[in-house]
Amino acid sequence: MSSTPDKIIRVASGQGFWGDWLDAPRRQVEGGPVDYLMLDYLAEVTMSILQKQKERDPKMGYARDFIGAMESVLPAVTDRGVKVIANAGGVNPVACAHAVLDVARERGAAGKLKIGVVTGDDLLPRLDELIASGHALTHMETGQPLSTVRDRVLSANAYIGSTPIVEALARGANVVVTGRSTDTALTMAPLRHEFGWGADEWDKLAAGIIAGHIIECGAQCSGGNCMYDWRNIPDLANIGYPIVEARADGTFTVVKHPNTGGRINVPSVSEQCVYEMGDPHSYITPDVVADFTTIHLAADGENRVRVFGIKGRPATDKLKVSIAYRAGFKAVGTLVYSWPDALEKAQLADRVLRQRLDTMGLTFDSLLTEFVGVSSTHGPLAVSPGEAPEVQLRVGVRSPDRKTVERFTREIAPLVLNGPPSVTGFAGGRPKVEEIVAYWPALVDKTVVQTRVEVLS
Amino acid sequence: MKVRLLDLAHARSGDKGDTANVGVIALEPRWYPLIAEQLTLNRVRDHFKGIITGDVERFELPNLNALNFLLHGALDGGGTLSLKTDAQGKVFSTAMLRMILDIPDDRAAALGLPAAPVP
Repeated sequence: MSSTPDKIIRVASGQGFWGDWLDAPRRQVEGGPVDYLMLDYLAEVTMSILQKQKERDPKMGYARDFIGAMESVLPAVTDRGVKVIANAGGVNPVACAHAVLDVARERGAAGKLKIGVVTGDDLLPRLDELIASGHALTHMETGQPLSTVRDRVLSANAYIGSTPIVEALARGANVVVTGRSTDTALTMAPLRHEFGWGADEWDKLAAGIIAGHIIECGAQCSGGNCMYDWRNIPDLANIGYPIVEARADGTFTVVKHPNTGGRINVPSVSEQCVYEMGDPHSYITPDVVADFTTIHLAADGENRVRVFGIKGRPATDKLKVSIAYRAGFKAVGTLVYSWPDALEKAQLADRVLRQRLDTMGLTFDSLLTEFVGVSSTHGPLAVSPGEAPEVQLRVGVRSPDRKTVERFTREIAPLVLNGPPSVTGFAGGRPKVEEIVAYWPALVDKTVVQTRVEVLS
Repeated sequence: MKVRLLDLAHARSGDKGDTANVGVIALEPRWYPLIAEQLTLNRVRDHFKGIITGDVERFELPNLNALNFLLHGALDGGGTLSLKTDAQGKVFSTAMLRMILDIPDDRAAALGLPAAPVP
């Protein structure tokens, strides 16, 4: 674990969410030198979907895309020493690791894999014990105690930090699979491991977190979804995903492989810095509290941005817990009205629909009408559309009662024949009733969560 | 002189529960002080009146020539609860950039600000 000043570690981002570009991981390990490949699979409600899958089949409950990704990068891992870190384990990291080993075995490469598995984030089996011992798991926004929805909870996972991943790497793992690790820990852990940063070197840890924040959404810092000069961002079809070139002193450079599309410049990285930002002074993670007002960015040649000056403070004694619970049902119905007077027709249809729902005595927690093409994204800020060629009427409802929502779904199609004229766009049939699995963010004392690391080979 | 925020800044937005965040970044670093001065808490509250149900918080990041706003009650409950097309607040960024600023002519000229097109 040397940490000479000129040592550079390259961490590549290959997946910004479950559903991201399937080709990105392979492109990252084949397009140029990288030491680590980081894959982020977990969004807030992903855990509950995985929990449902595990209930149906105890061998499931992880992000299955990861197995394909591993297959596509296997030669780089076994022959060139690229290490992979992913939170693809979901609610079943052990099964995920075994699925990877199975694929490696088929390719005759199982002997070359050491898979570190991080567990301990799953609090679902311990939920009642935790509540009984005084952990209210209060909703961070509403202040309500978890007991109000306890019987509807589907999953509960603590966001864990980089320490167990660092341990897995120290024990020789070349693939690390975790459950609900923070997205940023996946980038931070290899830097701690390689540079031997202490658990109280707050500025360096904060730099590791911000490096993670910048690349955790994949191409969103390298020209994807970039508003700045978007027309001139080259070759999005061939976009290069970001790579962090990190140094022991906590400075790093955001780059991408040569001969790829997209663009990395100060504006593209700035946009990602502010993405999903709360109070910029306190970006709280299990490892450190990072201060985003200390980030300094500087152009460092074509498609290279240097990041420096980052400060951090000691971590808090809490961990965030991601809880998913059943929260009723919803459905969204749409119809398209054409010129002339498209908006007026859609507005009339909305009034007719609401009167009918009212006559039936149906009430909802939320009944939302949007006119797509006119005001669905900017509301009253949008300028008048003038003679819009078409307007989509989009009506959504939410209720704790499935039958109420189901009855609503039967009221859209009739409007085609018994409502305002020049209507189309109903070929998709009746709207589907969806069960809502909602997110309940809470805090828990760090001492409650014990992570474990196992290395399989 | 009327100036569009769209011509002075770029932006990105995202969600945290029922809160949308909007980061506004000056297109030219020399325009940041003017943007910080114009985009007051009250100005942004007014801009989103009738669109969000909660309050607004404002933070400054001069290091990135950026401001960050938290718009509470912006997402009809947020996440999977939301019935909105923009349930994750992805385009509150461009809603913010619809703001029109009134800047004294001499200052606008000194900063080289582009005038808003005449509607």
